[in-house]
Amino acid sequence: MSEYPTNLRYVATHEWVKLEEDIVLVGISDHAQDALGDVVYVELPEIDTSYQAGDEIAVVESVKAASDIYAPVAGTVIEVNSELEDAPELVNESPYAQGWFFKMKADDPAAVEGLLGADDYQKVCETEDS
Amino acid sequence: MGNKTLLFENHRALGAKMVDFSGWDMPIHYGSQIEEHHGVRQGVGVFDVSHMTVVEIHGHHVVDFLDRLLANDIRRLKLPGQAMYSAMLNEQGGVIDDLIVYSTGDPYLAVVNCGTRDKDLAWMRQVAAPFDVKIIQRSDFAILAVQGPEALARSKQVMSSEKCAVIDGLKVFQGAWVDGWFIARTGYTGERGLEIILPGSDAVSFWELLLAAGVKPIGLGARDTLRLEAGMNLYGSDMDESVSPLESNMAGTIHLEGREFIGAEAIRQQQAVAGYHELVGLVMTARGVLRAHYPVFSEGRKVGEITSGAFSPTLQHAIALARVSETSDDMSVEIRGKMQPVDCVEPPFVRNGSRVYKN
Repeated sequence: MSEYPTNLRYVATHEWVKLEEDIVLVGISDHAQDALGDVVYVELPEIDTSYQAGDEIAVVESVKAASDIYAPVAGTVIEVNSELEDAPELVNESPYAQGWFFKMKADDPAAVEGLLGADDYQKVCETEDS
Repeated sequence: MGNKTLLFENHRALGAKMVDFSGWDMPIHYGSQIEEHHGVRQGVGVFDVSHMTVVEIHGHHVVDFLDRLLANDIRRLKLPGQAMYSAMLNEQGGVIDDLIVYSTGDPYLAVVNCGTRDKDLAWMRQVAAPFDVKIIQRSDFAILAVQGPEALARSKQVMSSEKCAVIDGLKVFQGAWVDGWFIARTGYTGERGLEIILPGSDAVSFWELLLAAGVKPIGLGARDTLRLEAGMNLYGSDMDESVSPLESNMAGTIHLEGREFIGAEAIRQQQAVAGYHELVGLVMTARGVLRAHYPVFSEGRKVGEITSGAFSPTLQHAIALARVSETSDDMSVEIRGKMQPVDCVEPPFVRNGSRVYKN
């Protein structure tokens, strides 16, 4: 069973978001890493680059496929998880902690409130699986 | 609901992720494809490949028939049970399928792919019409591949002394019948190993004995990266009826001299004209993954595309097979709109656990 921590927000495209002040931490969900299989490469965004919500911002490559990661909210990238360069398997092993992808300074932190809660996101995943 | 092998419930009980493979519910992995890949390269693993097709070829003219059917020369086989890898071609020289044939006398034994089962059997029967042979599919067998440096030793731990003695007597690429099982030193991984065709009624117990002896179950995901590292083609990805064996890095399996197999004339013409595409190896040591259908460039001009690509767990970088019209020292692959330099190499990439390609 995949985990859906309730302290996070989610996007239907399988990113999770954690808001800390006006900074959002972004990764992919447990459900997503499980569906992808072993992750072998993560292409992370450039620091200081700005994105609109829904823009392609990163790519995660697993043994199965290359998948786009989308910016969950508008903002500017301030940090990326460079540990993923040498240890992409962290995305599988620890999707909600060590496997985070990047941090953004959100243009409007309140936009995070409009994202999916854990229960609604879990329903999205269960619908996909059925 | 797809077809199921006799080991379906065993796969489920092991927590396998099941996928549809040409109409069969097959395990893609049992947790981690990469760990399974390493398990085979460093130890031993077992694959359920019972979805593949076992064919018996009976009759007086079996050798004449196989001489007509196959691009490779069945008469070159000297040892009993010796295995031969070959393509069977259409009149245009296109690959209908690739297969392994074992020279087991009457009947000869062949293993063809799963996704091509119906057209293969129809083609074989059509070609067989003028010969005194009978083509019989044996769907009552299971097929298990035990592969890896410890494959022979670990398999023998759970086998009767008769079977062990037979295994000890086998050369690489040879098989033999013993107690109703056909055991062959063949495989699709580039490692030592066995492919075992056994009665369906023995499949579950033998599988359970292997696992109890520490043999790891391996899914079709790792099977694909193992065979790609070994430079082995996958039918439907690396070749099909639109290309010849010359264009599929299978020239070594064509024997034209004094032979008139189906497609031979087309192959002779292609050789005479030259300039045909080639299936080559690509390696990319920069970060990223090469995947099927990515376009390939030589000195800035598009020369073909990748047919199979993956991240190689053994080499820790991307590898691929690509069909190209030309090669150079300046090759690249377009990945999501960006050109990435690659080196063109001769497959295989890995044999017996180690890198073997040269830049």
